Amino acid sequence: MDIQIKNLTKRYGVQNAVDDISFEVKTGEIVGFLGPNGAGKTTTMKIITNFIASSKGEVLIGGKLMSDDAEELKKRIGYLPENNPLYDDIPIMDYLKFVAELQGVPASEIPERIKQIIIKVGLNDEKHKKIAELSKGYKQRVGLAQALIHNPDILILDEPTTGLDPNQIIEIRKLIRELGKEKTVILSTHILPEVEAIADRILIINKGKIVANGTAKSLRNQAQSNEVLKVGIDGGETNEVFESLKNLNSVAMVDFAGRNTNKFHLESKKDMMPQKEIFELCVEKGWFITELTPIEQKLEDIFRELTLN
Amino acid sequence: MRTIWTLTKRELHSYFDSLIAYVMIIIFLGFSGFFTWIYGSDIFLVGQASLRTFFAIAYWTLFFFIPALTMKSIAEEKRSGTIELLLTKPVSDWQLILGKFGGNFIIIAVALILTVPYIVSVASIGNLDLGATLMGYLGLLLMSASYIGVGIFASSINNNQIVSFLTALLVGLFFHIIFGVLATGVGGTFGNLFNYLDLNTHFESISRGVLDTKDLIYFLSIMFVGLYLSVISLAKRNLN
Repeated sequence: MDIQIKNLTKRYGVQNAVDDISFEVKTGEIVGFLGPNGAGKTTTMKIITNFIASSKGEVLIGGKLMSDDAEELKKRIGYLPENNPLYDDIPIMDYLKFVAELQGVPASEIPERIKQIIIKVGLNDEKHKKIAELSKGYKQRVGLAQALIHNPDILILDEPTTGLDPNQIIEIRKLIRELGKEKTVILSTHILPEVEAIADRILIINKGKIVANGTAKSLRNQAQSNEVLKVGIDGGETNEVFESLKNLNSVAMVDFAGRNTNKFHLESKKDMMPQKEIFELCVEKGWFITELTPIEQKLEDIFRELTLN
Repeated sequence: MRTIWTLTKRELHSYFDSLIAYVMIIIFLGFSGFFTWIYGSDIFLVGQASLRTFFAIAYWTLFFFIPALTMKSIAEEKRSGTIELLLTKPVSDWQLILGKFGGNFIIIAVALILTVPYIVSVASIGNLDLGATLMGYLGLLLMSASYIGVGIFASSINNNQIVSFLTALLVGLFFHIIFGVLATGVGGTFGNLFNYLDLNTHFESISRGVLDTKDLIYFLSIMFVGLYLSVISLAKRNLN
């Protein structure tokens, strides 16, 4: 099932929490919502899951309008809300049974479903505990289990890895990636490596608007028009090397990479590759190259660039 | 219907798993039992084989008992955020409210069923008018339904249980005595209006053994208005 969001707007007072955003998520795609706190990620998810109504715009799930057919469409969605709210006072098994019943899973299939899901999310050893007795990581798994209990086509996960330790984060990411093979997944996070690790596509949201939409690679290309290289050249005097590099045709800017080293940051002119010229320069002067690495602009920088202004 | 029943079961579980239900029922039985059998104008003092003393006591104990029971129903879901879990499942706002209503109503019904030994005891002492007694119980159930409606509404307008409890008591107080007092103080059309709004008038007439549709409509409308306002109050999350 695919998700289509058309011109979604949510107004709180005079402020637009979500401001006229449109996007699509195809079946079997994992999309990561990225944005600073208060950017509108959670609000968008609450609207998609029909917890709150939008002020304007439409949510289509599998081509059907959410506002027309909410009770039917909600059965197809598994949702892990922000902060993972749970009932503390009941055992995991009872809780999952309750959720399965609400989701309309036939009574005869419920025990089997619970068994499968508990193994899938790694709760088997804890299954007889009350939710209040679980550590945060296990609670998060219960949250995931309740979202998956009815085998939904669509998964909406609001910050699924907050509060987990690094091992748990890796496990949960692995699980999400696996689920994403057959399900349509939207997840939100403000941890950048996470979206890169899990998502097929990244949507960066800022102040209620989508400011970037694409794969991690295409976002990098988009933000980084000129190639940046780190160059190390030895065998010559530092200032002479610096001056010679600056005079190369394809080089726009040179900077020292550190004090008292023969390493430089070098920005090429648009659409030009300076590697060949650097090599020829070294051959001519009898210098040698100790390092030549392209510097990828990190996703962090793209994120900051897009969300800080 | 299955959804409502699932929610009702969940509500009952949360009461019975956490002692709330036991404590409440014991307090209810303790108070009503004490004043019906041991103290004040009890059954022996009245000297009639009738449970009217009990009904008069339960009329007041339920008045306090019900808000204490309903105060957490929606407020707690809002505070802990679990309301978001429920309403993003295939559950409509009405189903949620009706499920909550069902759970609370069943607890009250259980409390009242536990007073059946009273009927048996009184019937063994003298000639009990069974019809009037059953009508008395019906009156208590109808009154409870009204106050559960009010209580759930009070619980739905904020996420603090104490505020919910006090709000429910305050609203209940109007039906319980204030309208009655106003009715005796004011004459004419307003007097009649207040008299109609007074819950005691309707309760009295039922527990005397007369079932009038007017009374039935009265109790059910309070209940319905309470539940309807709760649904509206839930829908308020869409506005802001």
